[in-house]
Amino acid sequence: MGSFILRRLLYTFITLIGISILSWVIIIQAPGSPIALTLDPKVSPKIIAQMEKNYDLDKPIYQQYFLWLKKLFTGKLYSFKDGRPVLEKIGERIWNTLLLNLVSILIIFSLAIPLGIFSAKRQYSFLDNLGTFGAYLGISIPSFWLAYLLILATVKLFGYPVLGMRSFVTEDFTTVEIVLDRLWHLMLPSIILAIHGMAGLSRYTRSSMLEVIRQDYIRTAKAKGLPEETVYYKHALRNALLPIITLFGFLIPGLIGGSIIMETVFAWPGIGRLAYQAVLARDYPVVMTINTITAVLVLIGNFIADILYGIVDPRIRYQ
Amino acid sequence: MKVPSERKDLLRIKTILFISPILFLILLGINIVFVGSRPPQKVNQLVISSIGDASFLNPILAQDSASSEINGLVFNGLIKYDRDLQGFVGELAESWKVEEGPEPVITFFLRKDALWHDGKGFTAHDVKFTYDKIMDEKTNTVRRSSYELVKKAEVLDPYTFRVTYKQPFSPGLESWGIGIIPKHLLEKEDINTTSFNRRPIGTGPFRFLEWVTDEKIVVEANPRYFNGKPHLDRIIYRIIPEAALNEMEILTRGIDYSGVFPFEFRRMSQVPFLKTYSQPGLGYTYIGYNFKNDLFQDKRVRLAFTHAINRKEIVQYVLYGLGEVATGPFPNHLWYANPHVKPIPYDPQKARRLLAEAGWKDTDGDGILDREGKPFRFNLITNSGNDTRRDVGVLVQRQLHEIGIDVKFELYEWSVFLKNFINARHFDACILGWGLSVDPDAYEIWHSSQIEKGFNFISYKNLETDRLWEEGRREYDVEKRKQIYWRIHELMAEDQPYTFLYVPLGISGLQKKFVLVEESPSDQKIYKPIKMETAGLMYDLIKWTVPKEIVWEK
Repeated sequence: MGSFILRRLLYTFITLIGISILSWVIIIQAPGSPIALTLDPKVSPKIIAQMEKNYDLDKPIYQQYFLWLKKLFTGKLYSFKDGRPVLEKIGERIWNTLLLNLVSILIIFSLAIPLGIFSAKRQYSFLDNLGTFGAYLGISIPSFWLAYLLILATVKLFGYPVLGMRSFVTEDFTTVEIVLDRLWHLMLPSIILAIHGMAGLSRYTRSSMLEVIRQDYIRTAKAKGLPEETVYYKHALRNALLPIITLFGFLIPGLIGGSIIMETVFAWPGIGRLAYQAVLARDYPVVMTINTITAVLVLIGNFIADILYGIVDPRIRYQ
Repeated sequence: MKVPSERKDLLRIKTILFISPILFLILLGINIVFVGSRPPQKVNQLVISSIGDASFLNPILAQDSASSEINGLVFNGLIKYDRDLQGFVGELAESWKVEEGPEPVITFFLRKDALWHDGKGFTAHDVKFTYDKIMDEKTNTVRRSSYELVKKAEVLDPYTFRVTYKQPFSPGLESWGIGIIPKHLLEKEDINTTSFNRRPIGTGPFRFLEWVTDEKIVVEANPRYFNGKPHLDRIIYRIIPEAALNEMEILTRGIDYSGVFPFEFRRMSQVPFLKTYSQPGLGYTYIGYNFKNDLFQDKRVRLAFTHAINRKEIVQYVLYGLGEVATGPFPNHLWYANPHVKPIPYDPQKARRLLAEAGWKDTDGDGILDREGKPFRFNLITNSGNDTRRDVGVLVQRQLHEIGIDVKFELYEWSVFLKNFINARHFDACILGWGLSVDPDAYEIWHSSQIEKGFNFISYKNLETDRLWEEGRREYDVEKRKQIYWRIHELMAEDQPYTFLYVPLGISGLQKKFVLVEESPSDQKIYKPIKMETAGLMYDLIKWTVPKEIVWEK
């Protein structure tokens, strides 16, 4: 296992360098410039050229790439858009995105797995069919549309603002109220983010469960007279959850990969919005750094998924 | 013995599985109860919505409107436009004098009672520092163009600042309205990356309090402001990135003041606690004809197009009636727009006649005009992502088709549009808009010297207007400038290098609870309604307030 991990780490590192070079080339080659995004007659072409020089945009692409790397590791990488250190900009938003995604993932797992088990247990019953219908609905409804509807309904019902991470005036709030206010603002976006994932995961659990209960050893367990419940929740469930545990590995990049649409709709100050605005403004340092961080997380996620497979499923061995 | 433990195990698994949905529902319930008991807001404040976050709270670096708006509250220029946008009034300069000549000199006499928000006194050294920083090539500012004709800038004494120009340049005066930044705080900093840009210290009526990224920016009243402490306690800019939800926030009173889109205007004007305001914007939308294309060299063709395009219909359907038909290169409501120039009427008959005079007739009966066997066909382009321009293009395409012109209408992503078409001068006609500064000088857009590298991308050349644009920027006398720009307006309307389409109205909504407060000699407060000034609704912002009895309302 040790040599396997070492080898995987090496591949991961090489892949990472490849990804960063490729995305750098793509980003730089995209039309547009971070300077003078609008046609402003009061900004002469001479000044635009000077600013391009200040941002090193007049240098060859490969030099710009190494400059970016150097600045990233010496902490001197600044955003074009507001002159702030890129890592600081990402750092202050990453927790917001993390919080939102963590809560929605909690909702997904805590609701979807019981739902899937329940559906499998009563296959083709009315409730199972209802679950299937709900899952397809959840997958096919565009989340931004649902978000609008839910926001409208909430505002109409309670007349209390739902946008943003918190109410914008909280000075006269007690600590308890501040916490509740944060929770209130978390509620809608996390539920909506969760709906899609829930629909998928409950189906996944259901089919995995159904597959397992058709196995021979389940029949054996039943035949030797074990109570139905024990067979179901102890023997079948454990095996059915194997593939789901490995899903955790793939969740890692999803944790910080902000959702542009949800963050915009709910005015949530997260990574997705930052990345989107940076792309629009051709803020190369920010776009590149977010790309790289996401790539690192995807690679780590894959890596962890691989390891998890080995740990939870004794049938898999690494050479 | 084995069976009970099995049961316990089972119970544990079941509990884990099913407790989380129940916990979730309980949390939801607590939240909903909490929402019912929310406390009322108790502050005399103005909440403004902004679609984007600010970038630099530093007037010499800021380019976006969100930053500029906040900088306008935190910083002062030497001078600013008066409420009619005609002349200037002093801000940090108490008075100033302009000595005309081949090398004009402007001397500013500064206020002695202006303080930075950190308590230090403001002096002419700060002005010089601001100027030097703008001119420093290492500073990433786009403002430098306006100061390129400055020969020298000097501090005569701590309260006198003098600028000498290389040649007469009247639009230069406007550029001294830029916010002045403090020398003592920025001297040793890298202006492009300093943390000052996020925690600004200025001299303005409001001082910076807090900036929560992508959420809000808060400024509070500056008690030592030289023109008196503002009546509002604070102003909060909330960042709402989505227009549809902005409307909802207005309706739940989460926002007091906001820009309003034309399509929202009807709904907004029916909200009982909201007052809507409108005013022509500083800019216009147009169709520019590329003069490098032979099709558009003939004035009769351009005139015919303007006759054939029903601009009233465009304003009515695309802008929901919230715009004015443009008559020339200036916004209709300002002093330099010639009121005698009337809009060219919609007259497709006349358009056909003019085209026939220019030799364009439908000889083969296919419904498309032709000349020497070539049909009248061209590409009209604009940028994607702007729905208004897209709709305008579709209407224009149809209207021109009615007089027998075949228009192909295409949309391109903004940066591709700029690089491959506009800057490459490679297009037939384009729909675009100009946002202008208050000063009428548009030399960069119209002078023939700007064809090669400037903003005259339609390659328009007219010796008479060239001369007038030159004259206009050399003249300091407002009355004489007016004559010059009125003449330009006439000539342009006649020549139609663009089809000037419309000047959109800027619309905003403000809660009715805000009023202007004025103190009478007997120390009594007199409340007046807030009204739209030519210089904008917020011209008298420091006098805005919410009267006490309303402040406490839930």
